[in-house]
Parts: sequence; C-alpha cells; structure tokens
Amino acid sequence: MANLETNFIGIRSPNPFWLASAPPTDKEYNVRRAFEAGWGGVVWKTLGEEGPPVVNVNGPRYGAIWGADRRLLGLNNIELITDRPLQTNLDEMTRVKRDYPDHALIASLMVPVNEDSWKSILARVIETGCDGVELNFGCPHGMSERGMGSAVGQVPEYVQQVTEWCKKHSDLPVIVKLTPNIADIRKPAQAAKDGGADAVSLINTINSITSVDLDMFSPEPMIDGKGAHGGYCGPAVKPIALNMVAEISRSPDLAGLPISGIGGVTTWRDAAEFIALGAGNVQVCTAAMTYGFKIVQEMISGLSQYLDEKGMASVDELVGRAVPNVVNWQDLNLNYISKARIDQDACIKCGRCYAACEDTSHQAISMSEDRVFEVIDAECVACNLCVNVCPVEGCITMERLPAGEVDPRTGTTVSDDYANWTTHPNNPMRCAAE
Amino acid sequence: MSETALTPGIVAGRLDAPAYDENFGDLHPRLDEHEALVAADRCYFCHDAPCITACPTAIDIPLFIRQIATGTPEAAAETILEQNILGGMCARVCPTETLCEEACVREAAEGKPVLIGQLQRYATDTLMDAGTHPFSRAAPTGKHVAVVGAGPAGLACAHRLAMKGHEVTIFDGHDKPGGLNEYGIAAYKAVDSFAEREVDWLLKIGGISIETGKRLGREMTLAELAGAHDAVFLGIGLGGVNALSMDGEDKDGIRDAVDFIAELRQASDLKALPIGRDVVVIGGGMTAVDAAVQAKLLGALNVSLVYRRGRERMNASAYEQDLAASKGVRIITNAQPVAIHGNGAVREVEFEYTDDSLTPTGQTFRLAADQVFKAIGQTLDAASALPALEGRKIRVTGAGRTESNGIWAGGDCATGGDDLTVTAVAEGRDAAEDIHASLMG
Repeated sequence: MANLETNFIGIRSPNPFWLASAPPTDKEYNVRRAFEAGWGGVVWKTLGEEGPPVVNVNGPRYGAIWGADRRLLGLNNIELITDRPLQTNLDEMTRVKRDYPDHALIASLMVPVNEDSWKSILARVIETGCDGVELNFGCPHGMSERGMGSAVGQVPEYVQQVTEWCKKHSDLPVIVKLTPNIADIRKPAQAAKDGGADAVSLINTINSITSVDLDMFSPEPMIDGKGAHGGYCGPAVKPIALNMVAEISRSPDLAGLPISGIGGVTTWRDAAEFIALGAGNVQVCTAAMTYGFKIVQEMISGLSQYLDEKGMASVDELVGRAVPNVVNWQDLNLNYISKARIDQDACIKCGRCYAACEDTSHQAISMSEDRVFEVIDAECVACNLCVNVCPVEGCITMERLPAGEVDPRTGTTVSDDYANWTTHPNNPMRCAAE
Repeated sequence: MSETALTPGIVAGRLDAPAYDENFGDLHPRLDEHEALVAADRCYFCHDAPCITACPTAIDIPLFIRQIATGTPEAAAETILEQNILGGMCARVCPTETLCEEACVREAAEGKPVLIGQLQRYATDTLMDAGTHPFSRAAPTGKHVAVVGAGPAGLACAHRLAMKGHEVTIFDGHDKPGGLNEYGIAAYKAVDSFAEREVDWLLKIGGISIETGKRLGREMTLAELAGAHDAVFLGIGLGGVNALSMDGEDKDGIRDAVDFIAELRQASDLKALPIGRDVVVIGGGMTAVDAAVQAKLLGALNVSLVYRRGRERMNASAYEQDLAASKGVRIITNAQPVAIHGNGAVREVEFEYTDDSLTPTGQTFRLAADQVFKAIGQTLDAASALPALEGRKIRVTGAGRTESNGIWAGGDCATGGDDLTVTAVAEGRDAAEDIHASLMG
C-alpha cells in the first residue's frame, strides 16, 4: 500500500484530502465527524474579526444544476463567512486540534485590509494551536461588497500587502486562497509569492447565476423574488480549476510555489489529476456536501490503489508529473496525424457521430441504408467530436497514421518528425528551423 | 359466498374482494415526473432513429422524449398525437418489445431499451388529464364521409377527416364506440375506463357524430352508405371467430375467448363473473394470452394455454408469454385438440402432440377442463356485400383504396400490415389523407 501521508509546507496530514473552508467545517461537531470519517485535514470555516458576527440570509443559500437522475453537477452559494462568535470558533478549534494532533487544522481568515486587523486576528488564532492560516481572498459574494474576499484577491498589490503582514505577525505557514474571477491567475499567485506566502490554494468559487426562475423572473437561489450572484463550485468547475492550477505550475516565475488544489474534486481520480498538475494536496467541499463525509474512504482506497499500480510509494511522486506535458498550442506536433476509427462490433447504430459530423463538422462519416457508419479518411480532420458524442466508450477511437502513409485528406506523406507552428511555412512569424 | 380456487365448476367469487382490485389494477402504473425524467434522459436522440422506423405510425420518438426531458410533456403529447391520435391507448397496448423498443439502440447496447411506451403514456396522460385537445378543424368542406366501425382504424380516420374540415358519421354495431380498445383488450392494460375517456377526448375535435347499434348488413348496407356520403371508410375489424370444427365444440363451458374478454371488460363487478377451476385456452396469440391471464386473475386454479406449434411461432410476443407465465399460466406447445370429453358440459380436452409442421405424433394427453376458451383467430364477417376480397380480407392498395370506387378500408379487416392497434391507426389516418386528397382533388 502506498503511503498517503503528506507533508504540505511542513503541515503533516494522514492523507492529502482536506476539507475546504466552507459550511462542512463551520463547527466542532462537523469537524470531529470529518476526522472520524478519515479526512486528513480541515480548513476551518473563515473567521472574521472580533465583534458582532456577520449575518446570513434566512432564505436559500444554495442553487444548483443537475445532470441525469438529478446528479448534482454544480452548486452555487451565497453564504458568508462564519456567523458564529469568533471566540466560540477559537475555543472549538483549540479542542479539536488538541484531540486530533496528527490531523491538519488550518484557520481561514478574512478581515478588513489594514495591518492591525490582521495582526489582531493572527494573535488570537495562534493560540488555538492550528497548523497554519489560509487567507480568504476568494469569496466572490457578499464580503466582496465590503472590500474583502475576492475584492482583495482581484488586486495583486493587496494580496501581496496582506500576505506580508501575515508573515510579519506570525510564524505560521501562510496559504493564500485565490479567486478565479480574474483574467490571469498567475498575477495574484505571483503577488502571494512576492509577499512571502508559503503556498497558494485555488480555486475559490466562480461568480455565477445557476438558473433563472421563468415564472418569477428571478435568479436562483431566489430570496423574496430577488437573487444575487453566488460562488459556483462542484464537478462543473473542475476543468477551469485544473487549468488555473496548471498555469501556475508551469510558470517559470512561480516554479516551486506549493499549491493546494481545489475545484470539483469528487473522486480519487479528480484528486490524482490535480496532484499530477502540481497540487501537493487537494481540498474538497461540494462532494462532501452532496454525499457526506464517507466519500473520503473511496478517495483513500482509490488513490492508494492507483499509486500502487504506478509503482509510486508516496503522493509526492505523483506531484507535478503531468506538468511538463502542459504546453502552449504552438508547441503541439503538427505532424501528428490521426483518423477516427469506428469499431463496428461495438457500434449500436445510434448515428450521433454521423449527425455531429454531417451537420456541424467535416462530413467525414458516411451512413449506409442499413445504418453502418464509416469514417471517410479523405475528409476526417481528427477533431474528436465523434468520439466525444458517441455513447459507447471505446467504440470510436483516434488512431495515428504511421509514418510513410499518405494522409488521404491532404495527399501528404506522414512524417514522424516533430514539427510545430513556429516553423510552419504558413506562419508569417516563423523562425528558421535549426 | 364461500367459493375458492378449489371449488369445481364455473363459479363466481373465487377471490376476496380486494384481490380483484389488486389483480386488475394497472399493469404498469404511470411513471411519476422523476421517473419520467430519468427514463427520458436515457434516450440518445439518435439520428434518423430506428425507433421511428419501427413505429407503424412513425411517431418522432426522440423528439417527444426530449420534450419530456425538458419539462414540456404537453408538447411531447402533441408530437405523438399528430402522428397517432390514439397514442394514449397505443402506449398501453402496443407490443413495444417487438416495435420501437426492440429497435432502440440501447436494447442493442445493454438489453435495456428506453421505456418508450411508458414515456408515451406519461406524455399523453398529462395532456389528456389537462382536458385539452391540441388540434382544430380546417374550414368546412361540405363533404360528408361515413366511417364504419368505431375501432382504432375508424376513429383515427374520422379524426383526421374532421381535422381536414369534413363532416364524419361513424357507425358501429356495438353499444359503445372503441372497438377492440373497448371490448377486446385485457382489463389491466386500460384501467379506469381509458378507452371510453380516450374516445370522448378524441371527439373534442368536433364534426364527428357516432351512431351505435348500427351494423353493416343488419341496419344498413354498404350501397346505402355509399349513396348517402361522399366517401366511405370501412374499419369493421374481424367480427367472426374461427371454430375448432370438431365434435363436442358445442358442449357447455366452451366459448370464444373474445366473448369472455368483452364480458370481463364490460363487467361492473368482477366478483360476480364466473370462471372455471380448470381452464384451458386454445390458441397462441394475444387474445389467448389475455384470456388465459385474466382467467388466472379471476381465481382459476389451473389455467393452461395450449398452442399447436412451437413457442417461437406464437403470435403472442415473448413479453406476453412471460407475463402469462409470471401470472401462473402453464403454456403447452406442440399440441392440438383432438377430442372434447364430457357429458353435456366439457370435462376434459384431449390433445395430440404435433411437430412444428403440424404432423400428428399419435401421442395424446388429456387436460381436465370445466371451461375452455377458443382463441384460434378471428375472421372477417362477410355476411353483407363488401368490396373485393383477397384471401380472407378486403383487398386494398395504396392508402386503403378498395376495388370499389369511393370506398376505403383499413385496420384488421383489410390486407396489409399486422393486426395491431397501432397499425390500424396508421391505416385509418393514411386512408383519411387519401380520401381528403380524392375529395378535394
């Protein structure tokens, strides 16, 4: 069995599966249940400054979109930071950390952008014995209207400034949580690094309206006939999160900056993908809110089995393994030529490949009277749409033409030399081949 | 009443009252909304879908299922009904396992087709429950068409003609319209007077009047009808039944399965309906299965369905055979009746085993029987003058044109197509289009 124990910026946890700062980590009761269920770490629900706590709406806090059989694909929330008194949270954190010394406990923080506020809350938080702090520069709703959350995360100078204060006023590891509601995720990540952050975590939720009530003409979730944009999360955001993680991982300027991956992690496989793109661990919220804490058992067994199958002894060996293969478009091999191939034995004759190709693509699939679908190599550009719409996994595949064969579409002989856009004759900006 | 399944003879009240309700309840209860959404989501929205080709009425099945999936079952119903105005009944009685669902690509993929029949019912029930009728009539044409037979073919023809602006009078020999939908289908397939409600709903189009108790050759002749109308459509079904043609066929306890099925359908109190203890059904089609299953559901102790050829030759689908078996009907194949024993009333039926080419083997056996239902096929009632026949049916070409000018025919009485409700609907509809073209041309 692979060892799932991780050491993320000096914080040890029995496995790389942490619960993200969110409703599941708002109280001692929940967090104890999470640790008992097997979660390796918890980022406590974001704490605000001393004083009267924030208040939440008293109507719906969540909206959702669903797939088949009402499978929850995306969740949107308008909940704010913890609405319980600061001292209550601190007392609970202290007790939990005392009882679970081997599990990671991180304090998530969000206070106004002035040094005293941050200095003050850090002093209180250190007393709990927590393993680190996460700076919530991500929440896109509610708190951002008050100049906190994503309102900070969208301004790299603020990110750097607050990070510097936190490093100055505590010895705790500092994780900066990034908002995806920004054009280039590398900018705030760079700011965090420049401010001395030990790590970044991403993504926080994405600005969203999940749906519109077509009778009330209000966004969902609807409160008394009105709706406000909320933060979107869950399986639907994973592709966006993976890309942002990869952008940081492969940036030369940000090389080596530890990443805690967040965004739609639902299974061990999702977690492995984040880790392969450079995350040192992952944080989970929506999957736990959908299915309960028990899912971590599948994550643990699945990741462990995968690492064993790959001959990897620890999670560290997986971290970043896919990063070298994330490249710019111009680096892709234009001499890699493939064609769709349809396995006639597997085909169930639904014709979706035909409709997709005929109506919306390259007219590269023929259909016979008796519903036999075949690829026309002279038209196929290997776009992969037929593979994507085929309901039978493995029925249509993309197969590379071997070197020396003539591509019937272009009439050129396939070469196994690597050649990309930078040297292509059609590129006015091409550089001379070396 | 203290009768039980063990009481010999043909007696009523073999079961407790609640058992009748349970046995004759809906065979497949309507899908609820969530079930419908889950079932609809399984449809792949195939290109030029095989299920459409397999449907005799060519309903655009992927479209109506997508309309269900997107929360508009009323629109789905309209998609169904514009091709098949009796889509509600067809959703209940179609042998979907040999039509659309057999062709479904998910049958090929997983052996589990999309539940097309049940989704069709979900859509049509939703629309009919709302009491709306989505079709309207064209401007009056001044033409008047006679439709003979208020079964599926006649009703479909009449509705389409009414839509086109023609006046239609339907004549039917029974007390109620509906034909086999009303009199000839197992009760558990069309509960809560569905056949009657469907006819009422269909007539909302307007322009259709129905005269019941009027049978061709009894109250009227074809020549009279043709003379008094601009066109005539014959959807008279198969009113006759085949006989065993053997000694003892007239003994007490022996009757036609179609009569038993009709009596059961019209019975107001199933507990008062007598049934034998040892029931033998002779035949291998849907009628035989409907009779056998309902005999069992009425409390018969032993019900045997005996068919003269092999199981694969039975007209009843594999699904119907399995239904019968699951209800406790014993299916015996490769055996044909050779003698009926009993003094006055039937006591035993003697069968001889036959091979698939009906060659007798000389080996016989006897089944105890206090009631025997004959279900060996229906035949055209040709007592009155009809257009030219081909074999035992009215010869039609194209969209139901008979050899007689101005007279069309469709459904079971006419050549071409299987004897199915859905086929009858298609033929009635298509004949109406042809009549319209002919009258307005």
